[in-house]
Amino acid sequence: MTLILLTAIFTLAPPGEVRAYDTPSDGGKAIIIEWQLSQDDASLTGYEIYRSEDGVDFQKVGFLGIGRTSYEDETEDDKTYFYKVAAVSDTARALSEPSPQVMSSPQWLNRTKINIFIAMFLFGGFILYFIYHARKGKELFIRKIAGLQAVDDAVGRATEMGKPILYSLGLGFVEDIATIASLNILSEVAKKCAKYDTQLICPNNRPIVYTVAREIVKEAYTEVGRPDAFDPDSVYFLTDSQFAYAAGVSGIMVREKPATNFFIGYFYAESLILAETGASTGAIQIAGTDSLSQLPFFITACDYTLIGEELYAASAYISREPLLLGAIKGEDWGKLIIGTILIAASILGLLTKFPILGLFR
Amino acid sequence: MKRTFPLFLVFIFGILGIIPFIIPHPIVQNLDESIRNDILKILVAFALVLGLGSLLKVHMDKIKRKRENWQYSWILIISFLVSSIIGLFGGVAGAGPLPTSIGSFHFDIQTLYENIFMPLGATMFALLAFYMASASYRAFRARSFEATLLLITAFIIMIGIIPLGDKISPHLPSFAQWIMTVPNVAGQRGILLGVALGIIATSLKIILGIERSWLGGGE
Repeated sequence: MTLILLTAIFTLAPPGEVRAYDTPSDGGKAIIIEWQLSQDDASLTGYEIYRSEDGVDFQKVGFLGIGRTSYEDETEDDKTYFYKVAAVSDTARALSEPSPQVMSSPQWLNRTKINIFIAMFLFGGFILYFIYHARKGKELFIRKIAGLQAVDDAVGRATEMGKPILYSLGLGFVEDIATIASLNILSEVAKKCAKYDTQLICPNNRPIVYTVAREIVKEAYTEVGRPDAFDPDSVYFLTDSQFAYAAGVSGIMVREKPATNFFIGYFYAESLILAETGASTGAIQIAGTDSLSQLPFFITACDYTLIGEELYAASAYISREPLLLGAIKGEDWGKLIIGTILIAASILGLLTKFPILGLFR
Repeated sequence: MKRTFPLFLVFIFGILGIIPFIIPHPIVQNLDESIRNDILKILVAFALVLGLGSLLKVHMDKIKRKRENWQYSWILIISFLVSSIIGLFGGVAGAGPLPTSIGSFHFDIQTLYENIFMPLGATMFALLAFYMASASYRAFRARSFEATLLLITAFIIMIGIIPLGDKISPHLPSFAQWIMTVPNVAGQRGILLGVALGIIATSLKIILGIERSWLGGGE
C-alpha cells in the first residue's frame, strides 16, 4: 500500500509527442520544440528542455512554466539535434521520448509576409496602371487640398511683404518617407521662390538632409533660369539636437519674421514650439506630417495642415505632373479596395462571428 | 548621365531595400544591415563636416557683414570651438591628453553635456506646457461647429479621467474611455492606412524614377 502511495507521489506522467522542427520563415539558428502537456501538469513546477547532438548525451537548455507547450532554442545551423522535454515537480522528473533529429537552416522566403507582398504588388499594379493612363494623356481628377492650394498664396504674400519664407524639414532622417516627401515639396516651393525672387530660409537638423536640400534648392533655382539668385547660405545645417533646433528655428522666426512658415516632414515634441512661435509672429503657416502624435498640434497652431497621405500627394499636386497625378489616383483606388474589404469583412464578422477579420493578421 | 546615374542608384538601392523584407536569409539581411549601418554612417560623417562648415560659414558671414544680432554669432563660434577642442583632446569623461579639470572643477565634454546642454534642452521642453496652454486656448474657442465639438469632447475626456468624473456620473469615465479607444483610434487608423499607402506609392514613384523632384526637377 505504501509502495503504491509513494509511486503515485514520485511518478509523473512525461510530456507526450515531443516534436522539433526548424523555425519557419527565419534566418536560421533556431529550432522550435513542441510537446503535449503532461497529465500531471497542474502539480508540476514546469518543463525542462534538453538537447543532444548525438541522441545520447542530453544537456538542459531551457525551462518553462506549467501550461506551456513550445520553446524556441538557439542553435547552430546545419547541425543535427535531438530534444527531450522533462516534466518537473519538486520531487520528481519525467523525461519524454527523444524527438526525431532536426536541423536548423536559414530560409530564402518569409512565408508569413507573402500576403503583404502580394497586396503590395497589386497596389503597385494599380499605380502603374493609372500612370500608364496618365501618360496617354487621360485627364485625372484630383480633389482640392486646401493646404497645397495655399502654397501659391503663401509665396505671393511673402513676395508682396518683402519678407522671407521659412522651410523646416523636421527631424526626420533622409531615409524617412516624410522627409523625402518634404524634399519634393521643397523643390516646388524653391522654384516659386526663385520665380518671384523671394528669400528662402531652410535650417536643417540632419547633415545628410542638409546636403540633399541644398542641392535640391540649387537645382530648382537653375531650372527656373535663376541660378544667380540662389544663395548658398539660405540652406544650412543648424544642429542635430532636437530642442536646440527648436530654439534655433524659433529664434529665426522671431528675428527674421518670415511671412510664411512651412513645417513639413517628421516632427516630434518640438512641433508645437515651432508652430506656436510662428503663429505669434503672424506668419501664414503650412504644416504637414505623418506623425500621428504631432498632427493635433499642427492642426491647432497652423493655418493649413497636410494630414498623412496629403503630404505624399503634395509634390504631384503642386507640380501637376500627369505621371505623378496618376500615382495618386492609384493610391485612391487602393484605399477604396481596402476600405471595401474592411467594411465587408466587418459586416461578415459581425453577422457570422466567423474569424474572417484575422485573415490578414 | 547627371540624372541617369542617381536614378539608377536609387533603383538598385530601392530594390535592395525591399528584398530583405521577404528574404530572411543571413546573406541578404547582412547586406541590408551593412548598407543601413556602415555605408550610411560614412555618408553621415562626410555630411556632418559639410554641415558644420555651412553653419560656421553662415555665422562668420553674419559677423563680417555686421548683420542684425551679429554678436551672438561669436557665442556660437566660440562655443563650437571650445566644445570641439575639449571633445577631441579631452576625451569623453576627461581621459584625453588635454587637462579637463582644475581642482574639483571639471569641464570635460560629459560634464558640459550634463550641466549645460541637457538643462538647456529641458528648458525648451518645459516651454511646451505654456505653448500647449496657448494652443488649447485658440483651439477651444467655440467659433465653428468643429471647434465646439472639439471643446465638448476635450471637456468630457478631461472630466472623465479625474476622480470628479466618477462623482458626477459613474458612466462618465467609461464614456471618456470609449471616446479614446473607439472614435479616436478609428480616426488614427484611417490616417495610418492613408499614410501606409502613401508611403508605398511614394517609394514606388521614387524607385521607378517617376518622382524626380528630389533631383531638383527637370529632365
